[in-house]
Amino acid sequence: MSAVLKPASIAELAEMIAAADVPLEVIGTGSKRHLGRPVQAAASLDMSGFTGVIAYEPEELILDVAAGTPLADVESMLGQRGQQLAFEPPDWSALLGGTGSGTVGGLVACNLSGPRRLKAGAARDHVLGIHGVTGAGDLFKAGARVVKNVTGYDMPKLLTGSHGTLAALTSVILKVLPAPETEETVALTGFDDAQAVDAMSLAMQSACEVSGAAYVPGEAVYLRLEGIAPSVSYRRDLLGKVLKRPIEVMAARSSAARWKAIRDAAMFAENPRHPLWRISVAPSAAPGIIRRLKDRLDIRYLFDWAGGLIWLEVPPSPDASEALVRASFASGHATLIRAPEATRAAVDVFQPQAPALAALSGRVKEAFDPRHILNPGRMYRGI
Amino acid sequence: MLTMPVPDEDKIRRRAAIAAALRAIVPGEGVIEAPVEMRAFETDGLTAYRQLPLVVVLPETTEQVSAVLKYAHDNGIKVVPRGAGTSLSGGALPLADGILLGMAKFNRVLDIDYANRCAVVQPGVTNLAITRAVEHRGFYYAPDPSSQIACTIGGNVAENSGGVHCLKYGLTANNVLGIEMVLVTGEVIRLGGKHLDSEGYDLLGVMTGSEGLLGVVTEVTVRILQKPETARAVLVGFPSSEDAGQCVADVISAGIIPGGMEMMDRPAIHAAEDFVHADYPLDVEALLIVELDGPQVEVDHLIERVSEIAQANKAATLRISTSEEERLLFWAGRKAAFPAVGRISPDYICMDGTIPRKRLPEVLQGMAELSRLHRLRVANVFHAGDGNLHPLILFDANDADELDRAEQFGADILRLCVKVGGVLTGEHGVGIEKRDLMPEMFTEGDLAQQMRVKCAFDGKGLLNPGKVFPTLHRCAELGRVHVKAGQLPFADIPRF
Repeated sequence: MSAVLKPASIAELAEMIAAADVPLEVIGTGSKRHLGRPVQAAASLDMSGFTGVIAYEPEELILDVAAGTPLADVESMLGQRGQQLAFEPPDWSALLGGTGSGTVGGLVACNLSGPRRLKAGAARDHVLGIHGVTGAGDLFKAGARVVKNVTGYDMPKLLTGSHGTLAALTSVILKVLPAPETEETVALTGFDDAQAVDAMSLAMQSACEVSGAAYVPGEAVYLRLEGIAPSVSYRRDLLGKVLKRPIEVMAARSSAARWKAIRDAAMFAENPRHPLWRISVAPSAAPGIIRRLKDRLDIRYLFDWAGGLIWLEVPPSPDASEALVRASFASGHATLIRAPEATRAAVDVFQPQAPALAALSGRVKEAFDPRHILNPGRMYRGI
Repeated sequence: MLTMPVPDEDKIRRRAAIAAALRAIVPGEGVIEAPVEMRAFETDGLTAYRQLPLVVVLPETTEQVSAVLKYAHDNGIKVVPRGAGTSLSGGALPLADGILLGMAKFNRVLDIDYANRCAVVQPGVTNLAITRAVEHRGFYYAPDPSSQIACTIGGNVAENSGGVHCLKYGLTANNVLGIEMVLVTGEVIRLGGKHLDSEGYDLLGVMTGSEGLLGVVTEVTVRILQKPETARAVLVGFPSSEDAGQCVADVISAGIIPGGMEMMDRPAIHAAEDFVHADYPLDVEALLIVELDGPQVEVDHLIERVSEIAQANKAATLRISTSEEERLLFWAGRKAAFPAVGRISPDYICMDGTIPRKRLPEVLQGMAELSRLHRLRVANVFHAGDGNLHPLILFDANDADELDRAEQFGADILRLCVKVGGVLTGEHGVGIEKRDLMPEMFTEGDLAQQMRVKCAFDGKGLLNPGKVFPTLHRCAELGRVHVKAGQLPFADIPRF
C-alpha cells in the first residue's frame, strides 16, 4: 500500500474517484480494515477528513453526520441528550486488533449491530439517508432527514453493509432513539445448549419485551429488560413466571457491563490466532449446529439474538474450517470475522451465493462501480 | 393529467397470440383477455386513472410466475405486478400493451413458527390475515396500513407499507425477514429467511418499497410479535397546531415513543365528529391522540407523563381512556376520517408527504394559502410521531377543472413538503401519482443512480415501466453518461 488519497471536500472526492485508475481501499480509521477479504488496492482513500455533526435534532429523532466522524464521539453526544443508536453498535477493535470503535461511516458500511438487534432492528433499519460518491465518481444522495420515507428505492439500505464496494459515503442520516431509563438482566443457570435456546425462545414469545437474549455456555442465559423502572421490575417478575424457574437478577451496572462484553464478543479477544465465525440462523437451529461441530472440532461459542447469532471460534487452520462450518447449517449465513490475511484471501469470508443471486450482486456492483475501483474483492471475488 | 408511455401497437395486435402463450403456462381461468372481465383490474386505489391491460394472468405457483416472466422477457412484453390493487399511488395501474400479473391466488399461510417468531406466507395473503392466523397465541404482525383488511403482504413489500404504529414498530421493511422472488428473466432467488441480516448486499432492503419495478415476490417471511399487554390513549385538544406540534416534540424529547400518535386539524375533526360522534371537542384547532402500549404499569405511568406534557402545552381539553371501549371511541373518529371526509365531498385525494415535525405549523399555514389559491378545501390527518402528513383534498371528479386543480394542489403540497426538508411520500409510494415530482427531491444524478439499480434487476425495463421514474432511459445510456457533479445531459430525452 503506497499512495494515500485524502479528499477534503465532496467535490474533491468525486474528482479523485473519477480520476483513479487503480483500485482504492476506502478507509475511515481502519478499525475494521481486517474484516472481509483483503483488498488488492494500489492506494487508500482516507475518509477521515469528513467529520462533524451536520444536524442533530433529538426531538425529530434524526442525526445527520459526516461519515468519518468517530462513533465514540457520536455516542457520547447522543448520551448527553438521553438518546442512543438503538441497534447497539459493537466495538470489535479488541477482536480485530484495531484501536477505537471506528467511524460512523465504517459502522454503516459493515452493518454491525449488537444484542438489541433482535428487538430494535439492525444498523440498516436506522439508516435514513446517505450522501456519497459512486465508484464512477458520481455524487448521489438518497433518503432524507425524516424517519418515514418511501420515496424511490431504499438506497440507504443497499449501501448499508456494502463494505465500501459501491460508493464512498460522505455523510449518513441516522434514526436516533431514546435510551432506556434503566435496565436489568435476568440470569439463568444450569442449561445445556438446547434448553438455553428453548428458554430464550419462551422469553421472546412472552410479553416481557426482552431486549437482549444471550447464552454463554458454562455460564448462564442472560435476558435483558429495559425501560422505566416500574415496567422493568414488573416484567422481571413476569419472566420468572414464564420461565417457571428461579432467576438471578443483575442490577443496571453489572447488566450493562455484561452486555457490553457480549456485544463486543470480548471472550474471543483472548485467542487472536483462532479463526472466529459469526453465523446467522433461525434461533432454533443453533443447538444442532453446535452439536454437529463439537463432534469434529474443538470449539468455543456464544449464542446471541436468542440463538439466532452464533459466535464460533475454531482451532487455527489454513482454511478456518470453512467447509465444516458452512456444512453445519442448511439456511442462514456465516461470515469469517477474524482470520489471518492469507486465510481470508483463500476462503469465502462471506456466505457464497446461488448463481442467480451472485450474478445479480455483480450487476449491482456494476451499477455503482463499473470500473471496480472501490474495495474490489472485499466481499466476494469480482465484487 | 399524468401521461403513460406510448403503447407498443405491435404487442396490442398480438394480444391473442400472447394470451395463448400465457394459457400454455397457466391453464384454464388463469388467463383473462375479455375486456369485460379485465374491467376488474383496470384501476387500483388511485381511481382517477383507468386502463385495461393487454391481458391478465393469475398464476398459482412460483414456477408459473417464473415461466410467465421468462416468456415476457424473451418477447419484450411489459409486465405490471398486482396484489389486491389497493395502492393509493397508482402502482398497479395496468398498461395497454402490458401483461397484468395478478398474485391473488398465492393466498396460503405456509408456516407459522412461534419458536422463531416468524410466519412464512404467500404474497396474496392479506395483511390482516397474518395477524388472524397467529392471534390465538397472542401474536400479531405489526405494520397495519389502513387497508389491512384487503391489502396483501406482497403489495406491502412492494410499497413498504406503514400504518399508525410504525414510529414504534417500523414499516414493512423493518418487519420482513425474507422473500422468495422471481427476476424478470424468470430466475428465482431467495433473500433472507428465518435468520437476520443479509450475507451480501441488502437486496431485500432494496426490493421492499421498489413498487413492482425490480421483481415479483412469491413468498414472504415476516416477523411476528407478542401483542402488547394493554393499550390506553389520551385525547387532547389544542388551541393551535403549534401547541399540538410542540406537545409531540416534548413527548419524544421526554424519551417516550408512543405506539401511536395521531393529529387531526379542525376540518378533519369536524368531519369525523359529524360522522361517528366520538365526542371530539369542536372548538379546537388540533386534536392529538397519543396511545401508549405495553405492560399495564408502564402504560399507566407514561400516560400520566404524556398528560402532564400536554397540559404544559396549553391543552384545551384532555381525556384519558379508562376502558377499552373509550380507547376505541377515541380512535373511531380518526379511523373514520377518510370516509367522513368522503361524506362532505364527492371525491377526495389523499396525499402522503413527510416533513420534519417542527415545520408543521408553517406547512399547515402554506396549505391554507394553497387551499385559497386552488379554491379547494383540505382536511389534514397526520401521523404526528413520524411527521407523515395525509392532507385530504376535497373536489368533484365530475368537474374536469376541479380534478386538475386538485392534482395541482396536491403537487404544490408535496413541493412544500420537500421545500421544508421533507419527502414526497411516507408510505403510499411514488407510483404514477408523484412520479413527475421526483425531480423536486432528487437531482438527475440521484435519479440516474436509482435507475442504474433498476437496470441491474431489469435490464430491458419491462417491469412496471412508467411508474416511479419521470423519464425512461435505456440502460446502455445510463451506463455511458457518468458525468461529474451529478449534471447529466438528459435535456433531449422526452418526459411523459
